[in-house]
Amino acid sequence: MRAPPVTTSIASHRLSELDVLESEAIHIIREVVAEFERPVLLFSGGKDSVVVLHLAAKAFWPGKIPLALLHVDTGHNFPEVLEFRDKTVAAHGVRLTVAKVEDYISDGRLVERADGTRNPLQTLPLLDAIAAGRHDAVFGGARRDEDKARAKERILSLRDEFGQWDPRNQRPELWNLYNGRHTVGQHVRAFPISNWTELNVWRYIERENIELPPLYYAHEREVYRRDNMWRAVSPVSPARADETVETRTVRYRTVGDMSCTGAVDSLAASVADVVREVGVSTITERGATRADDRISEAAMEDRKKEGYF
Amino acid sequence: MTLTIDTHNLAAEAAVSAPAGTLFRFATAGSVDDGKSTLVGRLLHDSKAILADQLEAVARTSTERGFGGESGGIDFALLTDGLRAEREQGITIDVAYRYFATPARSFILADCPGHVQYTRNMVTGATTADAVIMLIDARKGVLEQTRRHLSVVALLRVPHVIIAVNKIDLLDYDEAAYREVEASVRQVTAELGLGSGLPSEVHVIPVSALVGDNVVDRSARTPWYAGPSLLELLETLTVIDDRDSTGRAIEAFRLPVQLVLRPQGAVVVAPELADSYRDYRAYAGQVASGSIKVGDTVSVEPGGGTSTVTGIDFAGVALDEAFAPQSIALRLADDLDIARGAVIAAAGTLPPVTRTLEADLFWLDPRPLAPGARVLVKFGTTVVQALISAVTGRLNLATLGAEPATGLAVNDIGQASIRLSRDLPVERYRQNRRSGAFLVIHPQDGATLAAGIVTAPGEATPAGDGSGAGSEVSP
Repeated sequence: MRAPPVTTSIASHRLSELDVLESEAIHIIREVVAEFERPVLLFSGGKDSVVVLHLAAKAFWPGKIPLALLHVDTGHNFPEVLEFRDKTVAAHGVRLTVAKVEDYISDGRLVERADGTRNPLQTLPLLDAIAAGRHDAVFGGARRDEDKARAKERILSLRDEFGQWDPRNQRPELWNLYNGRHTVGQHVRAFPISNWTELNVWRYIERENIELPPLYYAHEREVYRRDNMWRAVSPVSPARADETVETRTVRYRTVGDMSCTGAVDSLAASVADVVREVGVSTITERGATRADDRISEAAMEDRKKEGYF
Repeated sequence: MTLTIDTHNLAAEAAVSAPAGTLFRFATAGSVDDGKSTLVGRLLHDSKAILADQLEAVARTSTERGFGGESGGIDFALLTDGLRAEREQGITIDVAYRYFATPARSFILADCPGHVQYTRNMVTGATTADAVIMLIDARKGVLEQTRRHLSVVALLRVPHVIIAVNKIDLLDYDEAAYREVEASVRQVTAELGLGSGLPSEVHVIPVSALVGDNVVDRSARTPWYAGPSLLELLETLTVIDDRDSTGRAIEAFRLPVQLVLRPQGAVVVAPELADSYRDYRAYAGQVASGSIKVGDTVSVEPGGGTSTVTGIDFAGVALDEAFAPQSIALRLADDLDIARGAVIAAAGTLPPVTRTLEADLFWLDPRPLAPGARVLVKFGTTVVQALISAVTGRLNLATLGAEPATGLAVNDIGQASIRLSRDLPVERYRQNRRSGAFLVIHPQDGATLAAGIVTAPGEATPAGDGSGAGSEVSP
């Protein structure tokens, strides 16, 4: 066998912060793939799921990623993100299943909300897709620094057949010994980058030269001001008569539904610019850009208890 | 279409990034109402780790609930107590993980609840912590819960322990009153043997989380205290446990095998290289302890085979050396029968295999333990059936000594004899914190019943006893 290039060793036997987090995530991914029958990875094309996919590729090199991918499409996703999603899936040679909220709304299983936000509607298609694929483990890119409820979630989080999270009855997680045992109907949500911060993610994207959808970087866009955020003009999120449309240089810190994700003013056109910007930001990424988390202080906890990721 | 991963040079990366080893994990523990969440909030706030929108949300809720007052209108506990039930009852229920960084290093903080029924969460936080901060209410001194938590710290050999004597403002910064509390703390830590071995030193600091004394900055109101502030201490403590003075890992090399990488042609390498990877076979895992070099001799359990390391791979990069806690894939010269659950170790360093062991158990489940219980135990990547043949004692929190016991209830720390269904190379936790630790799991519902640490491996299984390949339980 032809050997890959050899690197020299690190004399100090100390890993950098990113190397520690990377090895921890790869360990988690390998544990879950080894212990479960049918794991699936939630993949939206957003930066956190792109990083998890990259880590999965490293975990199983030189083999292909032994995971199926799943995306719950609200029907309100940015077209450039969907294009990026499909390109990335093809590059990795993995299979992607798309569960569509639109299908549920058109046949009446779900009803459009008055505020037009579709993020909370993702839970039912997600649980149906998990059941249909008989998935016993579901990888997600959630991080504990995102939200107070997520700060309390385990790396391996047991869910019942309704996908419910019971924060008062979580398994203790000891050393790096993960207990993935579950009974029929239960599944486990696995979060390999639980311990990463937004800045860790961006530094890793920079270091590993990972491609992202272009809207994470500064670009010109037609926007209007609503709920103290810049919202994109689109067929699913038109400006109201009293809202002024203007062209601004913005970027997105999170990428979700067009109807509830806001852009921020930014001139950060490169990954190095974004690392600098995130390093000095005074507002959290969800606080800056997500209308769905502003519904109440416990909005995320309430959705998670119902089976949201 | 194939995809080649954009690899990077680990050594070059380590050189250009912040100094390696800058990630520090610590846990906070203490009794209810010791002001732990307030301390955490103060630490995050004064180190500027709380962003404007979080502060605004907490300030809004504080005002709605009539909290605040002395802390400038903000109830810092609301920053970490995020669950509805926590806000309703004003207590912390579950471990909350928080992340912050100073120019010196990055921190992962496990904020562990002090309520007695949630002691298991303190155990959870302590197993991964480089340091534990124990909070004590200066007016109350050492309580039963303090003793329980310090016992956990002592048994789990957390590398550092810091005792924060809180609410020093309510003692009017009186030195004599503080010294009295400090003396009683040091008496307990001495009884537990803290300060010799691991943890290596007991740090005691007078603080006021509410006002901020000695949390981030040293306080002018405690001129009689000459030591560092809490944050200064956290920024300078070393992760010394398994390193020698030059920073090299001293524990013997252990790699619990997670899975075997054998892509059989389904590879992601460039097409012209695909042929050379057709017979690729490597053992993937995270180095649990020690280090390994290409050319080193290793031995493997089960089986007892030996071989030589021919390659250490990390996602397309060949390393000539690897060390804990790197996730790697190891290639060996010989085709040994190695599967998930095996341990690859530096040759000659694995203890003889055994089917019995003595252990300390931290009982975490509401269902009590009775002798004769059939359970599963998980060591590294191995899960085997086991029988808890006897409970031999329990820690008495008043005397800090062992007392007779016939079973264990939730929150008990006890001693037990365990029989395994197959041979394992069992190691003392004192010798190796990774390989000497295990989970006790309910065989039907899968609940994690206890955290276990090996105090003594049993008699070695006689050589040539071929029953070693007994029943391995797949999860």
